[in-house]
Amino acid sequence: MFAELSDRLESILKKLRGQGKLTENNIKEALKEIRRALLEADVNYKVVKDFISKVEEKSIGQEVLRSITPGQQVVKIVYDELTLILGKDSSVMKFSSSGPTVWMLAGLQGSGKTTACGKLASFYRKKGKSPFLIAADVQRPAAVEQLKILGKSLNLPVYSSKENPVKICQSGVAKAREEGLDLVIIDTAGRLHIDEKLMEELALIKKEVTPQEVVLVADSMTGQDAVNIALSFEERLGIDGIFLTKLDGDARGGAALSLRAVTGKPIKFVGTGEKLDDIEVFYPERMVSRILGMGDVVTLVEKAQEAISQEEAEKLEKRLREEQFSFKDFYSQLQQLKKMGSLDSILSMIPGIGGSLKGFSVDDKALVRVEAIINSMTEEERLKPQIIDGSRKKRIALGSGTDLQEVNRLLKQFFMMKKMIKDFNKMDLRKLKTMFKP
Amino acid sequence: MSFKFSIEKLKQCLSKTKKSLFGKITEVVGLSKKIDQELLDKLEEVLLKGDVGVKATEKIIQDLKNGVKEEKIVEPQKIIDIMKEEILTILQNSQTSTKMLSQESNPLIIMIVGVNGTGKTTSIAKLAKLYSDQGKKVMVAACDTFRAAALEQLSIWAQRAGVDIVKSQPNQDPASVAFDAVKSALAKKIDVVIVDTAGRLHTKYNLMEELKKIKRVMGKSLEGAPQEVFLVLDATTGQNGISQAKMFDEAVGLTGIILAKLDGTAKGGIVIAIANELKIPVRYVGLGEKIDDLEEFDPKDFVEALFL
Repeated sequence: MFAELSDRLESILKKLRGQGKLTENNIKEALKEIRRALLEADVNYKVVKDFISKVEEKSIGQEVLRSITPGQQVVKIVYDELTLILGKDSSVMKFSSSGPTVWMLAGLQGSGKTTACGKLASFYRKKGKSPFLIAADVQRPAAVEQLKILGKSLNLPVYSSKENPVKICQSGVAKAREEGLDLVIIDTAGRLHIDEKLMEELALIKKEVTPQEVVLVADSMTGQDAVNIALSFEERLGIDGIFLTKLDGDARGGAALSLRAVTGKPIKFVGTGEKLDDIEVFYPERMVSRILGMGDVVTLVEKAQEAISQEEAEKLEKRLREEQFSFKDFYSQLQQLKKMGSLDSILSMIPGIGGSLKGFSVDDKALVRVEAIINSMTEEERLKPQIIDGSRKKRIALGSGTDLQEVNRLLKQFFMMKKMIKDFNKMDLRKLKTMFKP
Repeated sequence: MSFKFSIEKLKQCLSKTKKSLFGKITEVVGLSKKIDQELLDKLEEVLLKGDVGVKATEKIIQDLKNGVKEEKIVEPQKIIDIMKEEILTILQNSQTSTKMLSQESNPLIIMIVGVNGTGKTTSIAKLAKLYSDQGKKVMVAACDTFRAAALEQLSIWAQRAGVDIVKSQPNQDPASVAFDAVKSALAKKIDVVIVDTAGRLHTKYNLMEELKKIKRVMGKSLEGAPQEVFLVLDATTGQNGISQAKMFDEAVGLTGIILAKLDGTAKGGIVIAIANELKIPVRYVGLGEKIDDLEEFDPKDFVEALFL
């Protein structure tokens, strides 16, 4: 995410770093390159223009010229300005003080509204809410069906009826109130922002159900038109926030900057994958760090916390210390890793790795094979892998649909890991520290 | 082809809003008294705002400068003609790069690919209707076994278009559905098979491998199939469109692009960037939500419409 944009800025600013002093000329050159990078990242033309002039204004000042490391100074200015555009802090969703909270999702066709509905529902159920989905997209064939299937997979109620969208929303909200469900999420039909009739319908729904949040769902791959789309929805409907989708691709996501800059409305969530758990709260500061290639450790840590319970972690630590690490532990580790999302998305958050891994992809299926191999072991084999001999190996390979080679490889890796853990336990802390010193 | 690209309809769609980006070109030039840097900067702005992208824009502006110099042009108005010519050349160069072998193939197998939400299923319905109106026997294959209700969506469209459909089970191997579809098309003497695939981001290694497999398997059931592989591109897509086109092309070899949703305010300038860098031709444009809203792409008409 944003990998390419940060790469560009990185290489541009590297040039600046090499120079002793900042002149108006060399900063112009850098600014031109930053402008180019931002335009290529689909940041809106006007937003880029404003951004560049602000950075220029602040750069060709005494501050920078007096500073010892001008490159660093420009990095900071670019960082600050990007943060300013994206908003200083993340803003939370609004809830109703009495009765069910109602959120309404709107956007163009194919921006990802229905999936976003499912993701929000799943996200807030984890936080103790009882979500209720309303299928008000009667436009697209099988859209209601799609939401119903999502609801079923999440085990959440979905309301639909043959009425018109406004009526559907009204009776849906009434139903939620009746059943004591506290979070209503409305999926509306995708529409073009210039479609008067359909925009009118949205405005009417809003008027009738008075939602606490109207969320514009926007595709992160959108180009210059993001600005027109966002402005139209803001003017005709009035939005409270933005859900930015499909950020797991390689789109540089300049749309994020544009949307925020022209509407002034916060980006609240981002979609980062096809699974319903692939949703993240949008943190501007983190996003800027990502843009500038500083990694996103905070998100990573939060994801890990969500997936691994403290208790489990402590249990594992104890087993590691006592050198009892077995395939059973290995397997539960694997399950926890899977809860955190795809390996690709995890790796992209680690500082320094995001960029260097470009074009390299992790095969999630390899994990499935490892899982199968462990599943084909007996309980005894998992606890005492050393007893696995030739004939056992053959049986495991057959049972897991892999081959001997793969079973051998996994065993080898496992024993190596055990040895490493052993060495690690023996190592004293001081030695460890020197190891990680740059 | 029994139908004609209607520039009128495209014009109608492109001028739904007065804020149309390319439309400003005539206005911009009309206000200028001479050709100077200021005018060139304004033209650059119009192109960039239309998603033409930095690279293609720089090329067009540079060529524009050269053209002005060589032909000693002084009237700003003429600059539009040169610019139209520039863009047309870029589009036409890519248009001729792949041959339309497909018309002779029977059955003709068309595979549809693209990222999530670009409008693949809707485009397939429109394409099916278009061939069906030409008197061809058409069948669609539901190989999107991943997204919830994708099959239902395609089924409804197939019914509306009045064409056959090969159904699938959720999470069934899409390649096996594709294989069956081609086999059944041969048995039923179908003329055109249009294969729907699940939307996928072009950066997902496993999913792109799956796409390769679908294509490969079709080739096994009928040599040379699929003869056409179309990428469905959302007209609002920005520069990421280049990456999409490039990576889908590398994986399954694109023979063309369907530019969907051109009825908004976006101008689809990304196809100019794609034509400039990758030489992949645009074959169809989607202009609305109705089943007849698909037109064959004509570079000349497209450029005319852009400069309304």
